[in-house]
Amino acid sequence: MKLGIGLKLMAGLVAAALAAGPALAEGTLRVAMTLADIPLTDGAPDQGTEGVRFAGYTLYDPLISYDLSRSDKSADLRPALATEWHTVEGDKTKWVFKLRQGVKFHDGSDFNADSVIFNLDRAFNKEFPAYDPSFERQLKIYLPSLKSWRKIDDYTVELTTKAPDSLFPYQMPRLLIASPAQYEKLGKNWDAFRSQPSGTGPWKIGELVPRQRLELLPNKDYWDKDRVPKLDRLVLLPIPEVSARTAALLSGRVDWAESPSPDTVEKLTSAGMVISTNAIPHVWPYTLSELPGSPFADIRVRKAINLAIDREGLVKVLNGLAVPAAGNVSKQSAWFGKPTFEVKYDPEEAKKLLKEAGYGPDNPLKIKAAISTSGSGQMYPLLMNEFIQENLRDVGVELELEVFEWEALRGRRRVGAQAPENEGIVILNNSYSTNDPYVAVLRYLTPEEIAPKGSNWGSIRDEEIERLAKELRNEFDAKKQDEIIARIHQRFVDRADFVWVVHDVGSRALSPKVKGHVHAQSWFVDFSPISIAP
Amino acid sequence: MLLYILRRILYAVPIGIGVTFIVFSLVHIAPGDPISALLPNEATQEMVEAARKEFGLDRPFLVQYAIWLGNAAMGNLGTSIGSGRPVATEVASAVGNTFILAVSAGLVACVLGFLLGIVAGLWRDRPVDHVVNLITIAGVSVPHYWLAILLVIVFAVDLNWLPPLGMGPDRSGGWQFDWAHISHLILPTIATAAIPMAVIARTLRASVVDVLDQDFVTTLRAKGLPRQRLLWHVIRNALPTALAVMGLQLGNMLGGSVLVETVFAWPGTGFLLASAIFQRDLPLLQGTMLVLAMFFVFLNLVVDLVQSATDPRIRRA
Repeated sequence: MKLGIGLKLMAGLVAAALAAGPALAEGTLRVAMTLADIPLTDGAPDQGTEGVRFAGYTLYDPLISYDLSRSDKSADLRPALATEWHTVEGDKTKWVFKLRQGVKFHDGSDFNADSVIFNLDRAFNKEFPAYDPSFERQLKIYLPSLKSWRKIDDYTVELTTKAPDSLFPYQMPRLLIASPAQYEKLGKNWDAFRSQPSGTGPWKIGELVPRQRLELLPNKDYWDKDRVPKLDRLVLLPIPEVSARTAALLSGRVDWAESPSPDTVEKLTSAGMVISTNAIPHVWPYTLSELPGSPFADIRVRKAINLAIDREGLVKVLNGLAVPAAGNVSKQSAWFGKPTFEVKYDPEEAKKLLKEAGYGPDNPLKIKAAISTSGSGQMYPLLMNEFIQENLRDVGVELELEVFEWEALRGRRRVGAQAPENEGIVILNNSYSTNDPYVAVLRYLTPEEIAPKGSNWGSIRDEEIERLAKELRNEFDAKKQDEIIARIHQRFVDRADFVWVVHDVGSRALSPKVKGHVHAQSWFVDFSPISIAP
Repeated sequence: MLLYILRRILYAVPIGIGVTFIVFSLVHIAPGDPISALLPNEATQEMVEAARKEFGLDRPFLVQYAIWLGNAAMGNLGTSIGSGRPVATEVASAVGNTFILAVSAGLVACVLGFLLGIVAGLWRDRPVDHVVNLITIAGVSVPHYWLAILLVIVFAVDLNWLPPLGMGPDRSGGWQFDWAHISHLILPTIATAAIPMAVIARTLRASVVDVLDQDFVTTLRAKGLPRQRLLWHVIRNALPTALAVMGLQLGNMLGGSVLVETVFAWPGTGFLLASAIFQRDLPLLQGTMLVLAMFFVFLNLVVDLVQSATDPRIRRA
């Protein structure tokens, strides 16, 4: 959508616009979210990572969280409500978590081992009076290894996994700890809890108006003194329409707009706004069917398509709101490894490989991809897929795009390439988070993950990867873990199991008044250091 | 008259039941899985199946319909799958917000449409008629989505005279009749009123022209009736058609515009529907559609009855 008319005048007008805006208390940050509704505020935020970004890590803390204080390195795990964790000597399925002492919930009650046990029962114990199916739905997928839990003392809990799983700590950040005392106080009602939530996070609830506004206030007694919020108020507004978010930012109605569209970048920057980006753990790939009969069962075809895409050109079309991908994780990641196959733009080599595989002008390769019109993490799917379609035409490949609405595409993803409704579809364009080792590599590659059970859409099987995956689950040394993940990723790239296109950059447009924003290499944001210039 | 009213009300019953069935079926026909939307992106098909069972969506279609209809008849529209809030509460608050916008836009559309239509009809083929014609053609042709964005760019972004979105200032506790709130209403009102205003004006012009050509007008003119009193007769005769159109247009507006409300982030029924569609929030979608559809049935009934009060011929038919 073009925001053409009169915008050339913007630079001059913005100063006036800001000055004329409504008078506000100093230190109020107003954020335009892309969501259509306020995420659930009860400790089990819905609506994906954006829900967790705004209603998760603001109000609540997990036992283990991410270090969001740096923009120049990946956001690693760091202690939050747990100060340390380790497996029990002689039994690698038992994890002991030492809990932080002296932490209080917003309602004044103490955080301790009972609070952790309460929240685990809330999620997974159907007999528990406070069992909350909504919590289970949002959490279950992120805690697949957990089997049981028990309190050892007031500040120690023991969690048991189904099998030895060295990656278990990576599953912990989504488990947010809500206050049992507040739940009791509100008549044991999770619906009531949503309007008066109580966690241990750096922000407390101010006001919640469904579908309109979530106001958060700083928790001045936050346990981490370095992360006590500087702002007086944080206001989150659901504005799903991108042009409305842009207008809201340009007219001074908000100070921060998530995901500006590429064609507004120029207008926003010329109006003095800051477009903030960073490499975030995300990949926008083509997931390929390797089932018998699919052209992608042949590694030469997989490599050829990877070499046929002009990623730099695509990034230019997106006005810089993406970075080229050379694998599932970025080249800077410790998990990238040293693949011998280089994912780059080389149409001549692509043609050569296709010819070797038996395709050419007389027998062109015809493939069909399932894509979406929009969706979480999908970026600008129509524009991007049409660009790729042109690229592939240049090497003699006919790519047919079958367009689905986002939910419909997700349905196609979950049933797997072998499902009858996916007959003829050999590519699925679904983007993924690559936050932790499981979602970065494992879930797409192992046989136990083959859809509909898991996320291995195209039935990828490789003995070497299976062996490495087992090794990884049993390796408890963090450094050695990284090495094994890198070897899996290296194998993944060398096998060209996906067609990798770009990584998202988590773009947001900020008013120049926003100070102290650190764009971490993460889906999440720490709002604590942010202030707003008067 | 009483018989006519009774008959009309009786007709509304099968229409209402038909509407519930269509509302219920439509959301089931739509592609995509409501349960899939509810779960995190990473959830597997197995988890989807488990949740489907939990929400009773694995049962036969007609059984689901019967349960839903039974509950709806008791005023229970269920709870939103996404937010867990009762659908009735969500819809009630959205209907209230849309009502404010619809009344404001309805007033503008009716008053302007009425005046323009009468003026154009009375001065047929004169310059003023051509000007009105131009305005009304633009009104019905311009996509209101585009108009809304244009209004925001010009009046909110460039000139910064009016706020770009929302229905009140920061920290507003609800609708109030002060400038801070009314200023939020102006742009959405214009965008919403454009089409109905044009439709009303065009309809009224046509009926005025039609009435002016009739014999009784010639007779009244021949009798030497003053122009003002003649005008009264013309309007009275053109009114039933205009009322029917106004009623339907007002109904349209009360249904809320998905597009206009999304552009202005106006938290009404259109905004609610859009968000329910994107989140595949089945109960919310069905509840909102049901309330709106029933409202239309009701509104049609009222329009029919009002029309019959102003035009005795309808009753006899």
